Amino acid sequence: MNAELQAYLILIVIGFLPSEVWRWLGIVIGGGLDERSEIILWVRAVATALIAAVVARIVLIPPGALAAVPLPVRLAALACGFFGFLFIRRSAFAGVVIGEVVLILGALLFG
Amino acid sequence: MSSPPADPGTGTDTDAFLFGVRVASRSVFAFVIIFTYIGFGALCHDYGFSVGWAMLSTVLQWAGPAQVVLVTGLGPGTALIETAVAVALSSVRFLPIVVALVPLVKRDGMRPRDLVLPVHFMAVSVWVEAMRHAPTLPRERRIPFCNGIGLTLLLIGTVFTGVGYYMQAILPAMFGAAAMFITPISFLTSTARNARLLLEKAALGLGLAIGPLLAFSQVQFDLLWTGVIGGTLAYGLHRLQRSRSGKA
Repeated sequence: MNAELQAYLILIVIGFLPSEVWRWLGIVIGGGLDERSEIILWVRAVATALIAAVVARIVLIPPGALAAVPLPVRLAALACGFFGFLFIRRSAFAGVVIGEVVLILGALLFG
Repeated sequence: MSSPPADPGTGTDTDAFLFGVRVASRSVFAFVIIFTYIGFGALCHDYGFSVGWAMLSTVLQWAGPAQVVLVTGLGPGTALIETAVAVALSSVRFLPIVVALVPLVKRDGMRPRDLVLPVHFMAVSVWVEAMRHAPTLPRERRIPFCNGIGLTLLLIGTVFTGVGYYMQAILPAMFGAAAMFITPISFLTSTARNARLLLEKAALGLGLAIGPLLAFSQVQFDLLWTGVIGGTLAYGLHRLQRSRSGKA
């Protein structure tokens, strides 16, 4: 019970708060901005570049089980998924499926 | 998976909420979140957490990469503060996405605390769909609409965390890796789909180019710096393009 309670406390203090604080800070900063202001364009660009950085980081420095898949396979899967998206009606779903298929086949062949 | 037709948005808050539910159910992210959280549930089982803990982690954190950091980082011999910092660094994307969203959805006279719950639902998945459809709705319907997307995806994530927890023993060996890969590939394709302006296309390309440079040079706060540098350069290109085309 004590260990279980400790796990929940850790979830809130180590898991929830350090992550949620960014959302709260976003309310404070975003609340003062106008939808049509120039700075909103800049913020949107920052958000997009940051999401791209998350993509690169997970593929290049992967967590846990993904690290067992060789780097060339991870990169090929990302590239094939992206080209699949571009050439199949700009469908995000098509890109995701193609990327996953390439990752799994590559891992089975070269893993 | 193509974009559903936008509702006229003349209805009630409930209509807007239900429109959000429909957008979420048809989104690529319904599929992505099912796989992500089956993987996360199974990971929690591997690491000896309870199913209740795993599902509460999804409800409270609602941040795939940070949840993986928390579960895998809490080993013996790891300082809790290090894990807390790693969780915070992995979730920094929430800051710019919320800053970009709030001016689009807030109504006059709203207090910050009125936004705490709607913004809790915000993740890249919800943000991508919200930014795509919210501008087509009247302002007063945008928050219920976002809540519909967010609550739907959060519920799917929570249910499938439990499902994955109990499926752990029967999942193929490849499942964990495939579930972790679905985050980057879905972020990439959905952000690219939303990128209509040079501003967004340049930001995406620059982020992909600068991110690895900073990550491998062990720069601290590499994600945040990539966002600021890549986003600022992209914004500069956008200004340049605008002044060349002669618009003010």
